[in-house]
Amino acid sequence: MQRFLLRRALFIVVSLLGATIVIFSMTRLAHDPRELFVPDTGYGMSEEQWEALGDKMGFNKPIPVQYLLWVGNLLQGDFGTSIHQELEVRDIIFSKMGATIQLAIGGWMFAILIGVPLGVAAASSRGTIWDYVSRGFALFGQALPQFWTGIMAILIFAVLLQWLPAGTRGDDESFNIKYYILPSIVLGWPAAAGIMRLTRSAMLEVLDSEFVKLARAKGVGRFKVIWKHALRNAMIPPLTSALLLMAGYLNGALVVETVFSWPGIGWIALNKAVYDNDFPLLQGTVFTFILFYLLFALIADILYAVIDPRIRYS
Amino acid sequence: MELTATSPRPPVIRQFAAAWGFVRRWPVIPIAVIAVLIILGIFGPQIAPHDAVLSDARSRHVPPVGIETCLGAKCKTGSWKNPLGTDHVGRDVLSRIIVGSRISLIVATISLVVGLIVGTSVGMISGYIGGVFDEIVTRIVDIWLALPFLMVALLAVLIFGQSLGVVFVLLAVLSWVGFVRIVRAQTLQLKEMDYVALAKIAGAPPERIIIRHVLPGVINSAIVVATLNVGNLILAEATLSFLGAGIPPPTPAWGVLISEGRQYVSTAWWQTAFPGVGIFMVVMSLNFLGDWARDRFDPRLRQLIE
Repeated sequence: MQRFLLRRALFIVVSLLGATIVIFSMTRLAHDPRELFVPDTGYGMSEEQWEALGDKMGFNKPIPVQYLLWVGNLLQGDFGTSIHQELEVRDIIFSKMGATIQLAIGGWMFAILIGVPLGVAAASSRGTIWDYVSRGFALFGQALPQFWTGIMAILIFAVLLQWLPAGTRGDDESFNIKYYILPSIVLGWPAAAGIMRLTRSAMLEVLDSEFVKLARAKGVGRFKVIWKHALRNAMIPPLTSALLLMAGYLNGALVVETVFSWPGIGWIALNKAVYDNDFPLLQGTVFTFILFYLLFALIADILYAVIDPRIRYS
Repeated sequence: MELTATSPRPPVIRQFAAAWGFVRRWPVIPIAVIAVLIILGIFGPQIAPHDAVLSDARSRHVPPVGIETCLGAKCKTGSWKNPLGTDHVGRDVLSRIIVGSRISLIVATISLVVGLIVGTSVGMISGYIGGVFDEIVTRIVDIWLALPFLMVALLAVLIFGQSLGVVFVLLAVLSWVGFVRIVRAQTLQLKEMDYVALAKIAGAPPERIIIRHVLPGVINSAIVVATLNVGNLILAEATLSFLGAGIPPPTPAWGVLISEGRQYVSTAWWQTAFPGVGIFMVVMSLNFLGDWARDRFDPRLRQLIE
């Protein structure tokens, strides 16, 4: 177990290193990084300002030194200063992180609460209407573009039916479940589709196994066999991969936050960083996303190894 | 009185049952949708009933055929002139969807082919040679999977500017990873086969073994992975365009259409709804086709991609 954890920790370090190299070389490949601070439409800079910026950001030093300096700052948690807001990037991200985490939890709950029961229903009554409903749900979830689903959900449930608010909860910190319903469903649907498919195939395999047949032969009721004996053994892949799926759907968080004007990291990245050309801020958000992903992946791995020791050393 | 065990079914029902069986066994509907998409992609500008870029301020937000909308006292009724209505500057929505299919098709196909060629070659070489090269490739793939694609794409667009070329590169690097993993896993299996060992004894160089003996064994899986991937690529392209980081305007890509219509959605839903239905139908058909191809040509893959 210790060796396994060590290997996973090493992997995270290597991944982060790789990510920094990718991002650093991207910024240096394009052109003089100072140009990123000056939009084409702006007023430009005087020669002195240009040089001063170069000194301040260390662009006059050799490239490897620049890289090391930059990584050193990152390690100390220094993502630089946002260009437009004159605030530490770290502070901006910290202040918006809560909203993203809340949204992620909402989506994750939807994905599990809907995905697992549908998968069980589809597997245990194969070929019936339940099977087709569940598979249809999964097909839709994997083929609908999330941004479109979000806009349509707002149109139907907020504008036409007026059941739910049209999106943002703003910076209002008080908890009101109404604001979470639509974004969570839109975010969680593709994940729910993935979990449903995994649960379905895992259940089909378990239902075919000897111990389930034995339980049935002993006279255990159908309901109990499915929901107690079989589900327990079929839950491992969907539950652990749910974490990974959710990490992958951080991409979705970017889209969902944009559609619902949700004041989280994704919204900041797009509206404050990309549209305003705020380069340090975007870099910081990219890193936060990568860290989130690796953290989720690590938890999923550990869970997997704890629940199912067979795969630990493979 | 004659006794018959079962009365023969009327021929109409028999034909219908046969047709239904055919539809169930072969992916007729997805293939039809994709065929239509390809025809539209090639002949789009000729087929489209109206100009897709030229605006007409007098016919702004005309509703789809048969629907009447009123803004205050002014009412508009949709007609067959614009079957799916018009957008905020009076362009025909149907024409824009038709013309927009071309760009989605081109982007998805080219990036897929690049991903297929690069990913399959890297996967085969990495699996066959093994050693340090294999280790490096696997690490790169792992790291690449840990990068949040949309974020990296936004970063790339901020640095390199918004252009068609950037979108191509981004989607190609998104797609190659899927091929590497599957192809590498299969190459590892094929490598142990007797016929590969015999070829080696006969003195065949590695490049010949890879091309003549390994490639035929992995190409089926690669094509199945490709079919399963196109849908995702089209979705990724649409998402990028929607976020304003994809195909630069005024090209009517599907994602752009939806993002344009977003602010008018409460008064003119058709401008947003129909492009989304288009994306959905195409991606759904491709996913269907991918699943079907996997189950038919390569059922072993089911364990790797579900």
